[in-house]
Amino acid sequence: MSDQKDEKKTNRRDFLFTATAAAGAVGVGAAVWPLVDQMNPDASVKALASTEVDVSSMQPGQSLTVLWRGKPVFIKRRTDDEIKKARAVDINDLKHPEKDEDRAKNPEWLVMLGICTHLGCVPLTDKGDYDGWFCPCHGSHYDTSGRIRKGPAPTNMEIPKYEFVNTNTIKIG
Amino acid sequence: MSDHKYTPSSKFGKWFNDRLPLLTLANHLTDYPTPKNLNYWWTFGGILTFCLITQIVTGLVLAMHYIAHADMAFSSVEHIMRDVNYGWLLRYVHANGASMFFLAVYIHIFRSLFYGSYKSPREIIWILGIIIYLLMMAAAFMGYVLPWGQMSFWGATVITNLFSAIPLVGESITTWLWGGYSVDNPTLTRFFTLHYLIPFLILGLVVLHIWALHVPGNNNPVGIDIKKPSKDTVPFHPYIVIKDAFALLMFCIVFALFVFYQPNILGHADNYIEADPLVTPAHIVPEWYLLPFYAILRSVPDKLMGVVAMLSAILILAALPWLDTSKVRSAVFRPLFRQFYWILVADVLILGYVGAMPAEGLYLLIARVATAYYFAHFLIILPVLGWKEKTTPLPLSITEPVLGGSPNLAAARNDEKIEKIIK
Repeated sequence: MSDQKDEKKTNRRDFLFTATAAAGAVGVGAAVWPLVDQMNPDASVKALASTEVDVSSMQPGQSLTVLWRGKPVFIKRRTDDEIKKARAVDINDLKHPEKDEDRAKNPEWLVMLGICTHLGCVPLTDKGDYDGWFCPCHGSHYDTSGRIRKGPAPTNMEIPKYEFVNTNTIKIG
Repeated sequence: MSDHKYTPSSKFGKWFNDRLPLLTLANHLTDYPTPKNLNYWWTFGGILTFCLITQIVTGLVLAMHYIAHADMAFSSVEHIMRDVNYGWLLRYVHANGASMFFLAVYIHIFRSLFYGSYKSPREIIWILGIIIYLLMMAAAFMGYVLPWGQMSFWGATVITNLFSAIPLVGESITTWLWGGYSVDNPTLTRFFTLHYLIPFLILGLVVLHIWALHVPGNNNPVGIDIKKPSKDTVPFHPYIVIKDAFALLMFCIVFALFVFYQPNILGHADNYIEADPLVTPAHIVPEWYLLPFYAILRSVPDKLMGVVAMLSAILILAALPWLDTSKVRSAVFRPLFRQFYWILVADVLILGYVGAMPAEGLYLLIARVATAYYFAHFLIILPVLGWKEKTTPLPLSITEPVLGGSPNLAAARNDEKIEKIIK
């Protein structure tokens, strides 16, 4: 009986086992991390972080798709009617409540990632039940502010970081 | 199986076998006692081995001509089709081979479901099979990306985006999978590497699958435990070998019909257009063998829950040995289960059909009902059937009902009738 008690007591050997296992785990972790991290975006991919776009020739109602970080970005010069429609919506009715004022700082220009937030397809412009965008893959409808109104997509189309370098040029990223 | 007392006849054979018992293994494989009532549904294991080897061999030679680079992949595939000697044949065999592989694996899986081959003591064989099936889907998906056509690109985009549904870390995982901010060259090269690796993982698992099979031995259409070896068994060679060979020949005729007469019927025309990250094809659909799961994904209106439902639909199969509470293996002696089995087959076919249709209106409604039924079959119907169903009496051996004069003769006759129907 007393022998068993002795066995259960932590002794110096248990400490050595634990310490060895812990050191081993750290070593294995350090060796595995480069193997995992090499799959993350590399320096050359990260370097392509910004794109400048000349929008001087765009008329109201026109839209342009440009490639930024391998992804399409929609630049839409909205008509008064489209702006009015986007701003008239009660944001409490939205699945992902965002004011149009926050999405388009300059109401005439909407700049957003042209990627459906469901599974990453490129939605079609000026289509769908809300005259904004429609994703043909799984049927998500977006309004003239790029906000999700109907369908499986969980959130509005993302607004990337961008700025007007001058009145004719938008810098994305 | 383990009670082998084999000694090679030649002196050299004995010397070699004492050092590496390969001859004992070969002897085990040829003499392996097999139930003598195995029907043609049991030949798909051999057919699947053939499919795997075909894919590995054709894939190996295709890799000698294919270039895994976003700028060159599409044209290198066209180069294979037009310039490489017999390149068209190798590529069509490889592409249709994937479909044939899945055709065979679905028959193999549904055979297990009908005859209760997943039940004790064969749970590990079954689970290994499910892992092989998952790896097959991964290999097929990544292989489909390699030609870098429109369906390749957008299929890859949609499937990798499934991971973005994971809360908190989803976005980082997707970026990590892509090696960038969208599907691009880094994604293509890693998919090529993994596509090359997975078949060899499958090969290793197939060895374990067969090893695990050889411990309890084959299940059989009657589904009863039999003594091995006994009057109820025949040696694997030549009896099963010749039967498997004949079935394989029939299977190859179907295979050849696709390769030589309709090589593109199972593909999508959109994949002959080079990948364009700015334009999504009007209608994205996966290959036919993934359609039922795609239908389940789309039937749930929530992104995360859709992904969860799709994965559960596959993983629920791993729990099947414990969800099916019936002690009787073969559906031949389970009159109620038999009916539900055929409803499940119909349900999966319906899911496959609506998976290919747009997710709107009536199709969406059908997909939702069929998805609900799919889960109900495994989670409600099977556990309840186990204690509600009145099964018919089991014969004492495979030979007994055939020789007549047994009280179980009627059941055996019933067995034959059903076999005729499913054939």
